[in-house]
Amino acid sequence: MALSAKQLKVGDTHSEQVVDNLTRTQIVQYAGASGDYNPIHTDEVYTTKVAGYPSVFAHGMLTMGLTGTMLTNYVGDGRLTKFGVRFTKQVWPGDSLTAKATVEAIREDGGKHFVDLQLSMVNQNGEEVLSGYASARIDP
Amino acid sequence: MAIETFPVEAGHIMMFARAVGDANKIYYDEAYAKTTEVGSIIAPPTFVQASAQFDPDYRLRPAIGEPWFGSGKEPTGVQQSSGGGGTGLHAEQHYEYHRHPKPGDVLTATSRPGKTWERQGRRSGKLIFTESITEYRDQHGELVVTARGVGVRTERPVEQS
Repeated sequence: MALSAKQLKVGDTHSEQVVDNLTRTQIVQYAGASGDYNPIHTDEVYTTKVAGYPSVFAHGMLTMGLTGTMLTNYVGDGRLTKFGVRFTKQVWPGDSLTAKATVEAIREDGGKHFVDLQLSMVNQNGEEVLSGYASARIDP
Repeated sequence: MAIETFPVEAGHIMMFARAVGDANKIYYDEAYAKTTEVGSIIAPPTFVQASAQFDPDYRLRPAIGEPWFGSGKEPTGVQQSSGGGGTGLHAEQHYEYHRHPKPGDVLTATSRPGKTWERQGRRSGKLIFTESITEYRDQHGELVVTARGVGVRTERPVEQS
């Protein structure tokens, strides 16, 4: 289901909890699928003893991927034209993450309709771990 | 980085979608996908990141027969070069979609360096940011995705508050 310009208004929001109690195994899954085997994400011994962090932590791109799940659920499949993020805080095993999109603009360009969204993801303490933007093609 | 052959495969898309917690059937069920507007399985929005699998020189994958910096008998398999305990982290990622890749596409990726800048961080000392722009093109030479990534190298591990 795609969004429709007629039904959207600036300030509309959509949010989803995309992970509840992030597991080390999901981080391992992401390492395997993406090919990023940096041990700071999957190797507790290396990360605590050599890298100097309290535990392994998620790939930034896993956080972005989880945000993408919320985003495509909202705008529909194959509709995204832009998607960009900044990683503002690390994501740790055990975190629960909620991603939110807020409608910033609804516009028409060359006869096509688009929505511009502001994105944010927060952890269970309300701390922002990611901020960003996206644009998607919508129906009239 | 240059990747000459990044074959987009259905099984890879399925595994990637699972890893990002996405149960959408558009990522694994061809029969369902045929009934949708897009008409076939497509890749999730951050999938091109997995092109690392096809980069022959990718440094964050153990190379066969070479020491790896993760733990084995010891906490690390290599002597750390002088780096002062900093970490390379991902700071930003931006994508522009010209279309969405699908199984059967064979992409190439070419990267060029962008800007470099420095900033003093509150929790991790001096931060050095480097940008790189990657163009993913399909088997017809058409641009599919333009990606801009920003990496940051910290002077020391990020302090946890």
